[in-house]
Amino acid sequence: MGIVTLKVNGIEARVDESWTLLEALRFLGVEIPTLCHHDGLTPYGVCRLCMVEIEEKSGTKLVTSCLYPVKEGIVVKTHTDRVVKGRRMLVELMLARCPNSKTLQDLASKMGIENIRFKMKNEDCILCGLCVRLCKEQMMSGAIGFIGRGEKREVVTPFRTKSEICRNCGACMYVCPVVELPCRGYNPQGELCNSCLRVVPECADEYGQIMCYLESCGSCVKKGEMNELVKT
Amino acid sequence: MELEKIDKIIEKYSSDSSSLTSILSEIQAEYSFLPQDVLKRVAEKLEIPMTQLFGVVNFYKIFKLEPSGKYIIRVCLGTACHVKGAHGILEEFERKLKIRVGETTKDLAFTLEKVNCLGCCSLGPVAMVNDDHCGQMNAVKVNSLLKRLSSSGKY
Repeated sequence: MGIVTLKVNGIEARVDESWTLLEALRFLGVEIPTLCHHDGLTPYGVCRLCMVEIEEKSGTKLVTSCLYPVKEGIVVKTHTDRVVKGRRMLVELMLARCPNSKTLQDLASKMGIENIRFKMKNEDCILCGLCVRLCKEQMMSGAIGFIGRGEKREVVTPFRTKSEICRNCGACMYVCPVVELPCRGYNPQGELCNSCLRVVPECADEYGQIMCYLESCGSCVKKGEMNELVKT
Repeated sequence: MELEKIDKIIEKYSSDSSSLTSILSEIQAEYSFLPQDVLKRVAEKLEIPMTQLFGVVNFYKIFKLEPSGKYIIRVCLGTACHVKGAHGILEEFERKLKIRVGETTKDLAFTLEKVNCLGCCSLGPVAMVNDDHCGQMNAVKVNSLLKRLSSSGKY
């Protein structure tokens, strides 16, 4: 096992050569958002959120860090304008597709996305492939798979019938970042929530700490509305 | 179902999963579509997961999971044909056959499909009946073509 040296955001670091760039960056404590990555599954590189910028002699390029193996002497920048702009666009697109995903809503608030420029839809899949990989690799079942291409791509069982090999374990739903309880923000469902950004809760330090899944007292939401009124 | 026939086709390709598309198209030539139990047999023989096989079958447009008609009519909607009014031709076919694109008539005589280019743009608007091209289509030609096909069984 060799050790390679790379430069992350201007700081030199030494990591194991068998790692991917994402593993190295997480090990070094750099926060990289991901949706299609799971530690127990093979990297897939489809959500593109883990993009980082790599400097080469010929210029810089964006690579998906979850698939990129670390190499001796590479220069990595994780939060350049280009990277952040790309990531924000991706989250915006995915959120417009699946506005009821709390994972995506939280990610949008974290990135400071305040409006969505695309027409909101109400799909229930971002095609991250976590369920397909989990079913195949961890559950040793392979009951679901991708079919079609382009906009017609979807996850189904063979012949769209009840699968003979599915054990109803529910792992696909457990791992899914979209099929979950929707955000309990103060915007109606199907829109950008942004509560974590705008609302100042009274009972906790930040909005994320409120037990959003339960019926909350709503005082912070009312306060948020008051703030809006004061602004206008 | 004659599963031995399927086995023979698979053995011809020495049960190699990398020849999957060739195997499938040969089977489809036999049945005109890919029946479910045949696909299950293929997955078993080639030792590939059913989900992967189903993905491949759905990826390529030529593979069909439902029986198709005796005559497969493909109307080209590529750029050149589009400019020359291919949509009108397609609508004429739809009206006369009383089916939509992608459907098959109840008597299993005709299947109507749209394709993106047939590679003979100078003949546009083009339609294809099984393996034969019919160039410079218009509404009158559509009618006479369908009449010929349905009356004689030949074209």
